[in-house]
Amino acid sequence: MTSETKAITVRYFAMFREHAGVSEETISIAAETAADVFEATRDKHGSAEPLAHCKVAINDQMADWEAVVNEGDTVLLFPPVAGG
Amino acid sequence: MIRISSEAIDPCALRDALFDDAAGAYCSFEGWIRNVNEGQSVMRLEYEVYEPLSITEGEKILAEAAAKFPHLHAHCVHRSGLLEIGDCAVWVGVSSPHRDEAFQACRYIIDAVKFRLPIWKKEFYTNGDSGWVNCERCAQHGHAPPNSG
Repeated sequence: MTSETKAITVRYFAMFREHAGVSEETISIAAETAADVFEATRDKHGSAEPLAHCKVAINDQMADWEAVVNEGDTVLLFPPVAGG
Repeated sequence: MIRISSEAIDPCALRDALFDDAAGAYCSFEGWIRNVNEGQSVMRLEYEVYEPLSITEGEKILAEAAAKFPHLHAHCVHRSGLLEIGDCAVWVGVSSPHRDEAFQACRYIIDAVKFRLPIWKKEFYTNGDSGWVNCERCAQHGHAPPNSG
């Protein structure tokens, strides 16, 4: 199945920001889900963190990896957290 | 109430805010910056916090604790920015009618805070290296995160 290309703003935090070299970028991507965005940016920036260890938010709401992304969304990619 | 602070945490003032005539128990947890981790000598540490979602997720955690443990008062403060050895990085305090609920609620909150808030820490070592820490190893060691539901 092919998806139409969407403009998605991706925000990176902590180690993801260091891998990407930017804190935010807008990409055109044929993505259906948040997981698609994660995998595309992982391939682009060379991060090795498994998806299962990471979290995602869409437009400042915590989301599942299977959540659908839409044109103009902001996807926040969180590497493994370590509060406390 | 949950708060992110770039200033030093004052546990005594936070404790006083939990006084309640109906509370017979108070329990708190302080997370301190230690000078060694995974065999590496740590000099200082920096917390990166995504505050908007740390606040909303933190409020959810406190609401979950309040639902599980009736008549609970709970507060949490987490630091952001550069911290030195011995600094308090996170404080959780609860008051409740009885001690068992106080211990359990405090543990529930700190465990959930560590696993669910978008907060990251970077350690700076005495040998000049630095590295991001993650809590996945906590899960590997059997300290499973609490359910988010």
